[in-house]
Amino acid sequence: MKKENRLAKVKRRNQSIAFGLFQLISYSIVALLFIILAFIVIKGFSVISWEFITEMPKEGMTQGGIYPAIIGTLCLVLGSMLFAFPVGVLAAIYMNEYVKDGWGKKIIKQMTNNLAGVPSIVFGLFGMALFVNKLEFGDSLLAGSLTLGLLVLPVVIRTTEESLKAVDDTFRHASLALGASKWQTTSRVVLPIAFPNILTGLILSIGRVSGETAPILFTVAAYFLPKLPTSIFDQAMALPYHLYVISTSGTNIEASRAMAYGTALILIIIVLVSNLLANALRKYFGKKVKMN
Amino acid sequence: MHKIESKNVNFYYGETQALHDITLSMKENTVTALIGPSGCGKSTYLRLLNRMNDLIDKTHLNGEIYIDGHNIYAKNTNVDDLRKNVGMVFQKPNPFPKSIYENVAYGLKVNGITDKKVIEERVITSIKQVALWEEVKDKLHKSAFELSGGQQQRLCIARALAIQPSILLMDEPTSALDPISTTKIEELIYELKNNYTIVIVTHNMQQAGRVSDNTAFFYMGELIEYDKTKNLFTNPKKERTQNYITGRFG
Repeated sequence: MKKENRLAKVKRRNQSIAFGLFQLISYSIVALLFIILAFIVIKGFSVISWEFITEMPKEGMTQGGIYPAIIGTLCLVLGSMLFAFPVGVLAAIYMNEYVKDGWGKKIIKQMTNNLAGVPSIVFGLFGMALFVNKLEFGDSLLAGSLTLGLLVLPVVIRTTEESLKAVDDTFRHASLALGASKWQTTSRVVLPIAFPNILTGLILSIGRVSGETAPILFTVAAYFLPKLPTSIFDQAMALPYHLYVISTSGTNIEASRAMAYGTALILIIIVLVSNLLANALRKYFGKKVKMN
Repeated sequence: MHKIESKNVNFYYGETQALHDITLSMKENTVTALIGPSGCGKSTYLRLLNRMNDLIDKTHLNGEIYIDGHNIYAKNTNVDDLRKNVGMVFQKPNPFPKSIYENVAYGLKVNGITDKKVIEERVITSIKQVALWEEVKDKLHKSAFELSGGQQQRLCIARALAIQPSILLMDEPTSALDPISTTKIEELIYELKNNYTIVIVTHNMQQAGRVSDNTAFFYMGELIEYDKTKNLFTNPKKERTQNYITGRFG
């Protein structure tokens, strides 16, 4: 009896130590995130103003705003999603719903995973070689969007595949047993169920795309371009590259330090807002799927 | 002519033979129960009748299965049309995450019916057919997930009936349900017999006794005995059948 009591005590103590440890680790991750955010907010908040987000850069990028970089980044996000989302979703549908298990599928899967592991600068070089030079798009939104699209393609494919896999087979069987074709089953039953989760892939890719610098370096980004792009063949400024420029190779790095933090803050806000928006969409569609 | 006729059916999952030389015929507007211990091949046989086993990789079939005189494994068989004619109800209720109405309308829509009046009419008829109308008439556009398990299963039957099949396959349709829901489904099967040929897989021998006209006893992939239900349960000809129905194994 006494022995058991001691055992219980030891067990309880070990448990509280383990839990305490896990708690500490989890909270320190959150804390770290907040420290980074707070740092950027404190340093960058002073320059944030209506002018900052609506005006062209002035005085060798030490004054004025970052309007063209914001617009450029939004264009790149939109362009790359227009490419990566349909292609990625269709590829995932093909892989999960149509291809039978076998070496063919294994190879495609392995390649997709490899693609996800390729350093982004390599994508940049590839984009330059293919889109900018070979296809003669030049340094342009089109070339940049396609390059970024390629970069996030594996993310879209993988999250879509996971979402499709999560759809219970009983729904597929029910549909097929009613004489529905595979495509009807996929488009009318499987996709609506998987859609909220597929949106998660979109969220992740938006965050990734808006923050990447290397892929746009040689394909679209302009060092300084005080006007908005008017076509997909125009060059554009972009937030991450602008941030890089004014922190490392601007005309006066010290003078543009605050601008750099402001730019970083805007970039974070864009990612945050798009995440919130996508989350809201996801919830909305999630509800709709059930009620529909 | 028999509604369903299987001749020397052998079926394989990869190298494993799941069914051995099954020859079995079923008349129109009868209920046939398939019984036997787990893994005996009764569900496999059932899923051959609407070619659901096609969905599993590396399976193959020898022999012939005729429905209304057509070999459903012939090359020119349209599987979608076959499944339209041979409805199926699954072990667990599996309504789509759609409204009650849309669940029943789905089969009509995928089969090319676009006239909203026709769809509505058929949806209502089918829901009435499964005696669910009084319970759901005020919430047709609510999610099917709000229904109880038994109601969901009846909805799934309505969904299968809406596209007007002539055969209904039921794979242990009540094994996930409570006794009251089970009774309702059994009564329903009794009603439906007048218009449909029903094949039901069941683990529950009382159920087989209650609902079926004929019973087929499967064991280790073989059809051991097939007879009128009354005869099979009161006077089995094979010892294995005798042992199984008296509960000595299985």
